[in-house]
Amino acid sequence: MKYLAIQTVAFDVGEETTQLQALGPELGAVASFVGQMRNSNTDEGREAVIAMTLEHYPGMAEKAIGKIIDKAFERWPLLGVRVIHRVGRLLPGDPIVYVGVASSHRTEAFQACEFIMDFLKTAAPFWKKEELAGKRERWVEARESDTSKLGEWK
Amino acid sequence: MINILFFAKYREQAGLAETSASAAGIHDVAAVIDYLQRELGARVEFLDDQQLLIAVNQETGDRHSPVADGDEVAFFPPVTGG
Repeated sequence: MKYLAIQTVAFDVGEETTQLQALGPELGAVASFVGQMRNSNTDEGREAVIAMTLEHYPGMAEKAIGKIIDKAFERWPLLGVRVIHRVGRLLPGDPIVYVGVASSHRTEAFQACEFIMDFLKTAAPFWKKEELAGKRERWVEARESDTSKLGEWK
Repeated sequence: MINILFFAKYREQAGLAETSASAAGIHDVAAVIDYLQRELGARVEFLDDQQLLIAVNQETGDRHSPVADGDEVAFFPPVTGG
């Protein structure tokens, strides 16, 4: 199973994980990651963030995530991957991204889940704009630490 | 025609999400950039950014990537999803 969705509506973590759990008798592990919106940013002295708008490049975003999923399947013996990324306006506490990985054993599920998130952060065309107090807005800057972490997967 | 897209802060700076260029005389991304700088001037100053990312037909590219009639060329800042 390879499932990918970019959507404005929220997702149900339980439902997504249940889909992976149903993949068959050889399945032994499901690892999942949920990214949520924080109420403050960490770069600028923990300023309160009121809301966030996520923009993407339709078409390329799907292709980029699809390639990351394919790479994960080449690297580990996986049974299923589900990735959901939300776009549009989100509030603190809202889920942004879901990555779920099913495999026979836990090690590959954990590793592939982190691999997919690491590459999604640096290779999929999404951008976040924060709404701050006083009607100010700020585009989130890319983090060097996200790019340098990719080196761990060489 | 070549379809040109801008995203995120570059879209705001350009004041448009999408434009197009005649393919005549354009063979690579560098020529698309030259055309945009002539047409839009200071609005596309970001095309000189060190951080500028380029995609041709939704695949990562660079200034030397070939461009032909019917292609889609996108310019965007480093990504911040996830």
